[in-house]
Amino acid sequence: MSVASRQDTGFVRAALGHPAFLAGLALTALFVLAALISFLWTPFDPEKMQIAAKLQSPSAEHWFGTDHFGRDVFSMLMVGARVSIAVAFVAVGIGIGFGVPLGLYAAANRHGLIDEIVMRGNDLIFAFPSLLLAILITAVFGPGAVNAIIAIGIFNIPVFARLSRGAALSLWTREFILAARVAGKGSTRISVEHILPNLMNLLIVQGTIQFSLAVLAEAGLAYVGLGAQPPTPSWGRMLAEAQTFISLAPHMALFPGLAIVLTVLGLNLLGDGLRDLHDPRLRRSRA
Amino acid sequence: MNVSKPLAAVSAIAMAIGLAVVPAQAARTDIAVGMVLEPPNLDPTAGAAAAIDEVVYANIFQGLTRFTADGEVVPDLAKSWDISEDGLTYTFHLQDGVTFHDGSAFDAEDVKFSLDRARADESTNAQKALFAEIADVAVIDPQTVKVTLSEPNGSLLFNMAWGDAVIVAPETAETNAIQPVGTGPFRFDDWVKGDHVDLSKYADYWGEPAKLEKVTFKFIADPTAAFASVMAGDVDAFPNFPAPENLEQFKADSRFSVIVGSTEGETILAMNNKKPPLDNLKVRQAIGHAIDRQTIIDGAMFGYGTPIGTHFAPHNPAYVDLTEESAYDPALAQELLKEAGVSDLTLSLKLPPPSYARRGGEIIAAQLKEVGINAEITNLEWAQWLQEVFKDRNFDLTIVSHTEPMDIGIYARDDYYFQYGDPDFKAIMDELNDTTDPDKRTELLQQAQRKIADDAVNAYLFQLAKTGVANAKIKGLWENSPTQANDMTEVYWED
Repeated sequence: MSVASRQDTGFVRAALGHPAFLAGLALTALFVLAALISFLWTPFDPEKMQIAAKLQSPSAEHWFGTDHFGRDVFSMLMVGARVSIAVAFVAVGIGIGFGVPLGLYAAANRHGLIDEIVMRGNDLIFAFPSLLLAILITAVFGPGAVNAIIAIGIFNIPVFARLSRGAALSLWTREFILAARVAGKGSTRISVEHILPNLMNLLIVQGTIQFSLAVLAEAGLAYVGLGAQPPTPSWGRMLAEAQTFISLAPHMALFPGLAIVLTVLGLNLLGDGLRDLHDPRLRRSRA
Repeated sequence: MNVSKPLAAVSAIAMAIGLAVVPAQAARTDIAVGMVLEPPNLDPTAGAAAAIDEVVYANIFQGLTRFTADGEVVPDLAKSWDISEDGLTYTFHLQDGVTFHDGSAFDAEDVKFSLDRARADESTNAQKALFAEIADVAVIDPQTVKVTLSEPNGSLLFNMAWGDAVIVAPETAETNAIQPVGTGPFRFDDWVKGDHVDLSKYADYWGEPAKLEKVTFKFIADPTAAFASVMAGDVDAFPNFPAPENLEQFKADSRFSVIVGSTEGETILAMNNKKPPLDNLKVRQAIGHAIDRQTIIDGAMFGYGTPIGTHFAPHNPAYVDLTEESAYDPALAQELLKEAGVSDLTLSLKLPPPSYARRGGEIIAAQLKEVGINAEITNLEWAQWLQEVFKDRNFDLTIVSHTEPMDIGIYARDDYYFQYGDPDFKAIMDELNDTTDPDKRTELLQQAQRKIADDAVNAYLFQLAKTGVANAKIKGLWENSPTQANDMTEVYWED
């Protein structure tokens, strides 16, 4: 207990001394919070149209103004955060859920046929530009939030498979793994009980980075009309719809654009910060 | 340089005089016209796409008759005609001295070839119905053609004015899709796919020569890019500008004139009449009453558009205003749904790309929600829409603008995508085709309008406005769209 708490204090102190990490954490928390609050409350119904009040500039009533249907942009952004976060979360989940077991399995059966198949399959998906692949998938299966999740999830799989395989390979040569093998544990058990826990930090860092890429990919898909379908608000589509209004109502493009930029920035800073904090050697060598 | 002072002074004076004497530079004779969609080919006799006619109609190809800017049908390649007493024989007298752009002469044989080709069984003409009553086309002499009908058709001259009925030469008919050869005042120069089509003035044109030397049609699908290209002067005129929200800015800018007119585009919320529960009249009526047309016009079209209550253009003299019959009344809509025994209704709403459909669809979905109908929006590209909705009829609701003139006849087609084909309606249409008396025709047309409004086949939204923008110095553009065309024959630049 005492050892753990001392470790925690160390982490917290290190974190407090890392302004980029704190900024990332704050930005991310802001958007997660906005998404969570949107379940309970938004200033206006994000789908409620008030054609008479369209294209209003930001005001005390409509904080971020209204769009071309007179909907409240702030409320739409809050609900849009929900969509972004949900899509990214599930997509990264798919990436980890499929990618990590594949990577671990490949590492445990190094140079086997399965290893080859899994890793060359990964190369195949990697060879495709990720957003193009996502567009391809949604174009084939039809636009919508679920298909966007699947599309983004699929290109997340090889990222995690490769990462966990690489890390697992170096772990397999370590003495404590050798000890476990001597003790008679099978390779699946070793992978789960000894390798996976040692990959956790790495996965958290990579997961955060992938999360930001997924948010960006979701916005990109929605921008070209392949994401969540109207009337569900989505940042990418808000940005696309704002295009022809850019000189009439620049706030329509500005706020969704800022939301995307700040979220991605926040997640990236958070990911970088986590990596620094989890890998003190890297941090020291940088400093 | 060592120029002596007197010489420099002289040349300076000369330059000054030169500038003063030479009048303001001569008016331009070239024009770049913006279009949203690129035509799939350039043969109006073998494709339904409006974009084909928007390039070639009256510019490259001509028919026996043509539409003017006001929608009037006037002589074109036929300078006059005689109609027999029984209305079955039309004798067309053709213009003299007409040549195709490849230099070959135009005569009665070309007319016979074109009409026979269009009405043949294997014809790929998109509007074969236009020629349905033609029983025979006979060449009397090179300047005279006799068209015999199987039954009287009061709209033959109107039909002959369509882009689908233009006259082509047998030698070039097969290659018109990529290398159109017609008789019009402009000849085809070049087509850079995905970018533009170039036309130039045809020197040996038989009629009043065009005032422009060169016409370029540029294809710009993205409304933002369209706005930028007009602002930058890359495009001189955009007759069907895709973003009505930008018109106010053009209006405020003295460099541009905004041309707002009417089109033949009845914009409708089409319903799949064979698919339950849309086969129930009460459900369709409920949808009609759930929709507030003016809000859609304001919200999706920024006020441009006229509400309609049936599938007919309000500027047509035979139009009946039936908007009251399906007036906005959400309470009545809910009542009708209850009577129909329908609750928790979820319908697909598939939307093609134009903003009238995408934006109108969002507004309609919100309005339907108010009466308890859940419309699930799917945004489709044109190709997907044509396949899924138009061909496969895999939809409940969709929004589209029917831009062909006088197209109420589509309601008589069994296989048309909204699947109406009511026998009583077909009877009205049959009678209409047999009638030449104008008063009787008007009466029948009004009967037809009432029939499809009573049956609430579709929800009739609004007549699409033609919202164009052009350089203020350009004159002679069409204000209205009586047919799908960008007629450049009268267009010129003011000095």
